[in-house]
Amino acid sequence: MRREPPQTLGDYAPLLFPAAMLTIFFVVPFGTMIAVSFFQRQQGGFYTPAFVFDNYARFLSAFFGGVLGFSLLLAITVAICCVVLALPFTYMLTRMGRKVQVVWLVALLSILSLSEVIIGFAWSTLFSRTAGITNILVALGIMSEAKALTPSFGAVLTGMVYQAFPYTVLVLFPALVRLDPTLTEAARTLGASPLKAFFTVVVPALRNTITATLIMVFIFALGSYLLPQLLGRPQHWTLSVLITDQAIYQSNMPFAAAMAVFLVLVTLGLVALTVIAGRKGEAA
Amino acid sequence: MSGLALQNVVKEFGSFRAVNNVDLNVPHGTFVCMLGPSGCGKTTLLRMIAGLDLPTGGAIQLDGDDITHVPTHKRNLGMVFQSLALFPHLTVGENIAYPLRIRGAAKEDQKKRVDELLSMIHLSGYADRPVAKLSGGQRQRVAIARALAISPKLFLLDEPLSALDAKLREAMQVELRQLQQKLGITTIVVTHDQREAMTMADTVVVMNGGEIRQAASPIEIYRRPADSFVADFIGQTNLLELQADSAGRVEVLGQPIAGLSLPAGASKGTLSVRPEDVHLTAPGAGALTGKVTFVRDLGGTIETFVDIAGRQIVAVSTPRARPDVTVGQEVGIALTPDVCVVLKK
Repeated sequence: MRREPPQTLGDYAPLLFPAAMLTIFFVVPFGTMIAVSFFQRQQGGFYTPAFVFDNYARFLSAFFGGVLGFSLLLAITVAICCVVLALPFTYMLTRMGRKVQVVWLVALLSILSLSEVIIGFAWSTLFSRTAGITNILVALGIMSEAKALTPSFGAVLTGMVYQAFPYTVLVLFPALVRLDPTLTEAARTLGASPLKAFFTVVVPALRNTITATLIMVFIFALGSYLLPQLLGRPQHWTLSVLITDQAIYQSNMPFAAAMAVFLVLVTLGLVALTVIAGRKGEAA
Repeated sequence: MSGLALQNVVKEFGSFRAVNNVDLNVPHGTFVCMLGPSGCGKTTLLRMIAGLDLPTGGAIQLDGDDITHVPTHKRNLGMVFQSLALFPHLTVGENIAYPLRIRGAAKEDQKKRVDELLSMIHLSGYADRPVAKLSGGQRQRVAIARALAISPKLFLLDEPLSALDAKLREAMQVELRQLQQKLGITTIVVTHDQREAMTMADTVVVMNGGEIRQAASPIEIYRRPADSFVADFIGQTNLLELQADSAGRVEVLGQPIAGLSLPAGASKGTLSVRPEDVHLTAPGAGALTGKVTFVRDLGGTIETFVDIAGRQIVAVSTPRARPDVTVGQEVGIALTPDVCVVLKK
């Protein structure tokens, strides 16, 4: 059915409610934050309206630059790990029976129902010296003595990949279900081993889906705040942790706002780059 | 033996037997059409030859080598799928070059072979087009070219022409047959379209219920069907009950017919007569007598429906030999033994 484009102002009415909600709860607070990021900070937790670049200038130091760099790197690593793990997993899941699929999807959805705090403490127990998985390895004779695996970068990465994995599977699932199974069969009859068929047919045919999933997991991981603190050392803390620290514990609202704005801009820039790169690849 | 050989091939899905003890020899260079109603096991059989499904029992040999458990990608075959399965992320040229690229052929050799194949399928200059921009017939040709890129030992097609409109399908049938004869490649096509099978095949394999009912040349299948299923499935036919009377003569609908005989020991059988072999005569002059119930004049052919003792018989004639009959008229039907095929009951 072809729909007519909206003719009168009244035709736009259904859009008014979401537009108003977005404005009140997203555009206005975000605008306030941008304004605050230019304010002058007063000692003692207050700030006065002004238009200064001090907050941004402070941010451009080696320390905060390093934290920003680490946050981006961590988010990118989490995104890549999730897609690399979830793509073959979801591909095989879509080729299984309906019952198996339901069991797996319910299990994944139940992970989504866990809060970040529970995930963090569960993994910190699993990675601990006294009650962790190394004790099992010792019992099996693989390791000589139990040791703590947390705090470490690996522990942060594991916790965040665990948290983002169900999202990744749920985003990839519909695209993989729709993928024509005869494509891989055709590749096999044309001389590709199942593994080669996966990399020469399934992955390229899903390139746009994979890019979108990478961006989604990247943004999801960038906001991570609790897991780096629960499972990592201070050098594994993300920009979100520092923003909270500045806003709540140091009472430096303007600086926290400046960092948040900067994080948003860098994120948007990276996403735009990915989309442009994807378009170029398509044109070639 | 050079060619493909299936020995006692069985395929079971759970308790359902999709393919039941199939034996088939396909000599090198033959064009075989597997024909049957949907669910008769023909596609399953093709998928087992391709290695996409593993047989539950039996063996498949190609040029004397047992390939029953050889994985698909090592069988060196070309297959065209019903959905064509062209890779949407690749251009026409890249699609055709795919089997060469996978085998690590040099870039120049790939390009040369792609150009060769494109000119063979009359699509020269289309190498850089995305497959989504092609018409149905063009996609069909690209799928065929891709399957033939490595000059495979075996060319398999699963309902390859079913997505095309009737006119294009007829043209592609002729083209496919000519191409196969030029290349001399062993080809197996699965189809439910008997016209397609009659046009293209050296050997038609009629399947039903997971079994091969008859495997023979198209004309033999038509002229000498092995059983009533084949007779009824291939073309139109009139099937009539045969009975031996006390004197040993063969009766059709209660009237004895001279010259017919039942297989030794059988007292019942089925008679198959093609509509074009049924000749109308004056009442009483033929072997049977009936009443005309309907005349369907299609211009090119005329079908006359005759009711004999409750059974309907169709006679087809050309406009030149137009029978001079009207509905309700009594007519005789001549059945000469040479056009009658007696089938086992």
